[in-house]
Amino acid sequence: MLLPWSHCWDSSLTLMAKETVPKIRIENVSYFYGDKQALQDVSLEIPAKAVTVLFGPAGGGKTTLLRLINRLNDLVDNTRMTGHIWLDGQDLYDPQVDLPTLRRRVGMVFALPLPLPGTVRENVTYGPELAGVHDRAEQDEIVIRSLKQAALWDEVKTRLDEPAGDLSGGQQQRLCIARSLALEPDVLLLDEPTSGLDPISTAKVEATLQELKEEYTIVIVPHSIQQAARIADCAAFFLMGEMIEYRPGEQIFVNPREKQTEDYITGRFG
Amino acid sequence: MNRYQVQKFGFVLLGVVALIVVVPILIVIGAIAVRGIAAIDWEFLTAMPRDGMRAGGIFPAIVGTLWLTLGTALAAIPIGVGGAIYLAEYARDTWLTRAIRLAIINLAGVPSVVYGLFGLGLFVLFLQFGTSIVAGSLTLAIMTLPIIISTTEEALRSVPTEFRTVSASLGGTRWQGIRHIVLPQAMPGIITGVILGLLRAAGETAPILFTVAAFFLPRLPQSPLDQTMALPYHLYVISTQVPGMPKEIQYGTALVLLALVLSLNIVATVIRSYYRRRREW
Repeated sequence: MLLPWSHCWDSSLTLMAKETVPKIRIENVSYFYGDKQALQDVSLEIPAKAVTVLFGPAGGGKTTLLRLINRLNDLVDNTRMTGHIWLDGQDLYDPQVDLPTLRRRVGMVFALPLPLPGTVRENVTYGPELAGVHDRAEQDEIVIRSLKQAALWDEVKTRLDEPAGDLSGGQQQRLCIARSLALEPDVLLLDEPTSGLDPISTAKVEATLQELKEEYTIVIVPHSIQQAARIADCAAFFLMGEMIEYRPGEQIFVNPREKQTEDYITGRFG
Repeated sequence: MNRYQVQKFGFVLLGVVALIVVVPILIVIGAIAVRGIAAIDWEFLTAMPRDGMRAGGIFPAIVGTLWLTLGTALAAIPIGVGGAIYLAEYARDTWLTRAIRLAIINLAGVPSVVYGLFGLGLFVLFLQFGTSIVAGSLTLAIMTLPIIISTTEEALRSVPTEFRTVSASLGGTRWQGIRHIVLPQAMPGIITGVILGLLRAAGETAPILFTVAAFFLPRLPQSPLDQTMALPYHLYVISTQVPGMPKEIQYGTALVLLALVLSLNIVATVIRSYYRRRREW
């Protein structure tokens, strides 16, 4: 049986030393699309400055949970949520919460790289521009900083004014990461960010994530179990809307506690 | 027949169908151009009609049609595009929006003479604009709205939802996403819809019949509340109401109307391709 609270670092994990307060606390969250239940009473705490992986077979509710953390699912009609999500102790579903502000704090990278129409630079400055940063010099700084953080700067520094659509798939995805980082978020949510990429680009994105976790809280839906095992500090296994198990990555993939998790990891279903 | 022959047959069939569409248009344009070109000279385009319209030019009708089209654009574009943005981006699927959509579809099917009578009742008589450019433009605008709204809504919907999601995820409000991402993407489609609507308005006779058009008014309109001649109505008049009308003036007038409409079309195409070149994804 699962504990009502599954603390990823309830074991010997070194994360204890870094942060002791959870960055994000998800409390008894259930979610419905119309009559269809997508999440069933999910509770977990996501540590700061670590990579937390949500994995499991398709339709398990991982993406839904991700999109609840920055309230992107507010854009979907005819849905219903119960439970609470807290970010640094603030209830995200409080009516007082200003959505643009929240989404600047909690960035999102999607499965398919979707550059906005316009140049590489315009893609990076889109968010800051909306947030009121119009000064060219300030924007230049942001462009350089975020492209470097996303490990893309060296490849595009001479191509800033080219259409973003001309970049390769892997570069586009890192551009999308840079675009989110431009807003200096606390949390970065990534939904299968490497699903459309070749192995080399995938490795670059994963390496980028390893660097980013020094500063950011990262929650990611990986595109394979192998990827999950490679990058997870914490890992939560989702099956048909339920969270089956949530433990440190180094344990869950080696020595899963639940039968369903083991079956999935060893490839017996899913 | 093997499948390659079937494919070939299909291509030929489709080609023939395409030709059937194009040929009549070319014949109509060609016939009008050949017979009307003789009438067209500087005087025809810039002079007032004389001798009960049997001689002189059609300048007031040209100017009148331009004014009416401009007035229609001023009234129909903000309302039409604004309404479409509301329907496509903001409105939820409720009985009210369904009713609005149904109304728009039905509005598109209303015969143009009914719009004319409606305009007469509302703008000319009730609102006391009189037979005037204002009344005529507003009537044409109402007739044009369904075209503008439905094409604009279509153009907005063809912009992938993901762009809106991305914009929101970067801290954009719904309106910022529409303003900076969705509208520029949809612009070619919107412009096409607007121009199509305006073209139809420019060529209509029935809606202006009771609301603005003058049978014979050999001067330019003095204000928006003045009557005016207009090309489609003028063409109708000289084709059916004036005995002993020289054929070449009739064809010449038709040619001018056609040229006006086609040139608007070209303007639309240029604007569209300009926006399309800027769309870089």
